[in-house]
Amino acid sequence: MTLSLCILLASALLAIGAYGVATRKEAVPLLLSVELMANAANILFASFGHFRGGPAGQIFVLFALAITVAEVAVGLALVMLIYRRHGDTALDLASEARQ
Amino acid sequence: MSALGFAVVAMIILGSALFVVRAQNLIHAVLWLGVTLLGTAALYAQLNAPFLAGVQVLTYVGGVVTLMIFGVMVTRRHEGIAAEARSAGADRAFVFASALFVVLALVTWRNPPVITATAPIATSADLARALLERYLIAFEVLSLLLLAAIVGAIVLVRRKDPEPVQTPAGEPAALRAHASEVTP
Repeated sequence: MTLSLCILLASALLAIGAYGVATRKEAVPLLLSVELMANAANILFASFGHFRGGPAGQIFVLFALAITVAEVAVGLALVMLIYRRHGDTALDLASEARQ
Repeated sequence: MSALGFAVVAMIILGSALFVVRAQNLIHAVLWLGVTLLGTAALYAQLNAPFLAGVQVLTYVGGVVTLMIFGVMVTRRHEGIAAEARSAGADRAFVFASALFVVLALVTWRNPPVITATAPIATSADLARALLERYLIAFEVLSLLLLAAIVGAIVLVRRKDPEPVQTPAGEPAALRAHASEVTP
């Protein structure tokens, strides 16, 4: 296991998450794909921290974890709002927020 | 740290991630995400970060996946129909994602990262010390952020209170109606 392999793994995970974000038209699967991308970033932090030593990389992962959990809570609240308003969670319905 | 272990974990992570973005059943997608996060926890364990692995299992697999399943169940009518996950524009998205991966992989291939270990690998005790000494301010700010997110989520989803109807006597009608229910 080298650092390059870890970076490749994280890149592949990021690409898969980007694919999900681009294809999903509903809110909850989109959130799942965003989670995948955040997970790729966490893997990078952890692997750099492992190969460089010291606590900084792991600390970054811990902070990113907490921020992601907060993001999920707020995101699901928005999903609930969209569902309550339209009876569906298709994200096209939320385009009225632009107006 | 064996190459075989890394290969197995990488296969688990990438395969389940593919299922997350391709599954037609929404509940299945959430459960596959759980598998991805468990694989990531195993990777953390291989990267000499056992504390991270534990936190990952506790907060992600235990918390986020449960929250997502709640999100799916609350926003769906479950009348025997599968909760389908619609997807669209798969071809363009595939091209985009492949291009993203190829670019990232090329950059990594051309410029292999050179990194030298500057410190011994951190143990859990080192983590705790760093968190409460060097990164204390960020730690506290993070707790404020979590509080703000919780309050924001509650404010967003809470239904509006019914407007208090003023009676001629100045007493809110809702209160009076409630009191009459309690004491018949």
